[in-house]
Amino acid sequence: MASWKPDPTFYPSPRMAMKAPAETVAYVAAFDPARQTPDAIAVVDVDPASATYGTIIEQVAMPNAGDELHHFGWNACSSCLCPNAPHPHTERRYLVVPGLRSSRIHIIDTKHDPRKPQIVKVIEPAEVAEKAGYTRPHTVHCGPEGIYVAALGNAEGKAPGGIFLMDHETFDIRGQWEIERGPQQLAYDAWWHLGHDTMVTSEWGTPDMFEEGLVPEILLGAKYGRRLHFWDLHTRKHQQTIDFGDKQQLVFELRPAHNPTKAYGFVNCVLSLENLSSSIWTWFRDGDQWAVKKIIEIPAEPADPDKLPPMLKGFGAVPPLVTDIDLSMDDKFLYISCWGTGDLLQYDVSDPFDPKLTGKVRIGGIVSRATHPGAKNGALNGGPQMVEISRDGRRVYFTNSLYGVIDEQFYPEGIDGWMVKLDVNPEGGIAFDEKFFVEWPKSHRPHQVRLEGGDCSSDSYCYP
Amino acid sequence: MSDAWPWLLLAGLGAFHGLNPAMGWLFAVALGLHRGSMAAVLWALPPLAIGHLLSIGIVAGLAVATGALVDGRWIYAGAGLLLIGWAAWIQFYGHRHRVRIGMTAGFGGLLLWSFLMATAHGAGLMILPALMPLCLAASPVQALGGTQSPMIALAAVLVHTGAMLAVTAAIAIAVYRWIGLGILRSAWLNFDWIWSAALAATGVVLLTNL
Repeated sequence: MASWKPDPTFYPSPRMAMKAPAETVAYVAAFDPARQTPDAIAVVDVDPASATYGTIIEQVAMPNAGDELHHFGWNACSSCLCPNAPHPHTERRYLVVPGLRSSRIHIIDTKHDPRKPQIVKVIEPAEVAEKAGYTRPHTVHCGPEGIYVAALGNAEGKAPGGIFLMDHETFDIRGQWEIERGPQQLAYDAWWHLGHDTMVTSEWGTPDMFEEGLVPEILLGAKYGRRLHFWDLHTRKHQQTIDFGDKQQLVFELRPAHNPTKAYGFVNCVLSLENLSSSIWTWFRDGDQWAVKKIIEIPAEPADPDKLPPMLKGFGAVPPLVTDIDLSMDDKFLYISCWGTGDLLQYDVSDPFDPKLTGKVRIGGIVSRATHPGAKNGALNGGPQMVEISRDGRRVYFTNSLYGVIDEQFYPEGIDGWMVKLDVNPEGGIAFDEKFFVEWPKSHRPHQVRLEGGDCSSDSYCYP
Repeated sequence: MSDAWPWLLLAGLGAFHGLNPAMGWLFAVALGLHRGSMAAVLWALPPLAIGHLLSIGIVAGLAVATGALVDGRWIYAGAGLLLIGWAAWIQFYGHRHRVRIGMTAGFGGLLLWSFLMATAHGAGLMILPALMPLCLAASPVQALGGTQSPMIALAAVLVHTGAMLAVTAAIAIAVYRWIGLGILRSAWLNFDWIWSAALAATGVVLLTNL
């Protein structure tokens, strides 16, 4: 588990990580929405020189059915080079793959053959609940004290959700991360500013609020998550809450600047109860407090009610449903997935308070059903969802499923899975790679993508 | 010349600690990069040295105090066992630190961090084999309990820390000013392995020479 020299995929700074070699495989979490067959981690060939480019070359099936694989992450990454908590000789080798519904955690070894990874350990749900005090593990991040897992429910599946730690070499569950929780009850995503010793967490809801789908009464009552929480990363104490207000619902994906000297980041708010818009907010250091500012509002698009799912007919509009965002390694481009309208947007956020739209593609969408040059049969459903950027910023990958039961609320006929790739102009601008359209096997739907050697939402850095 | 080797050993161990990125110079460079100034690199050095000095000073002080009460052979045996145990601990559990100090650390934070890092590495234990012969030579009859012993122990700790500080400063300044952090990717050898092996070997030598 250790070596003489640092793992070659660890880079001291995001600047250096941008010079990393291009990925040759992508790992994609895929689940069976019927919960009849095992979910899988699919290996997708992303090496343009390969004969199997743009196809699934391997599927690692889970030992059980019904896990609902969703997000996952690496056991170790570039934060192992941090001066205060160095673990430079640990290997980035294992994928930590939780089942969001089952609370089972799978450890997958990618070392011996990155194209044929293998499950080496399974931690059963009862052990997770007992040792962590949490269930419904969601976000997985490698960091200064090992593996951080943000979970949405406590051991009983109720509030509070929170973070637990796992050993990054033995995968023992070490227990609850928070020492002083303060007012935080709901959980969703978690990430940090290593240069400012600050943890940031966001909110969705407890398992009873989403496991049967979004509940309209909870949503319209603004009872889903709408806050950011700021914590001291090392004393693990809650420091500050920022409430986005009773018109904003679902404050989700946290993308802090990769440059550790910068004290700002971006978060998406999925839905405004006033006008169905989605919005992007910048959080930033303001004196000795954190503050937020809305920097982008993406409006809903008027639509023929006949073409809308029951949930939206009364509104006569398609909400953009921005459900994922991702920030390039140089903190220059923010990618925004509009799962409702089908847009994938690229903004130049070099000035985090003055974003400029620099690129746009459309694929799928509740009403538009836009196609792709590589798709065989026209109208595509689902829309841009989990998005991942290569370390050099030249390639962007995304898939189209959000979460089993919620997929059906917005795409009532179900979702036919696909994964696509964009080529990026470093000066701004994005375009589909016409040769890359992965038509997903009908039994499963794809969700998060992780790239070989790391990507733009895996690693964090201690040096600018 | 045979009188000089314990002092050279103390200085050499200090230089080795200074060389290890996990013992301080890297933290100094990081703070320099964060705060954008060489001054921040230099200001980080005193607390790093003081923390290290306190850690090994406490171990040396305990050894001298114990030496006043018991026979020198017991000290050797105890130090030998501790060194082997410490090596095993680092090997199996060394990666499981609770992280207490982060990148916003000030003087006190750096001092505490350096103290904890040196203590966790068993830095003080490792100087005992060099310290004990010095004390024995100064007052052979009373061994470690001799009246000279506290002064010799203090000198030993200062020599060790001085060497550590000199190497830490030289590398921190060179990496910050000229070399750059890319060097980490190739030059950060697994000091933990070397160190654990050295701890265990020293422990075995102490025990076999009883």
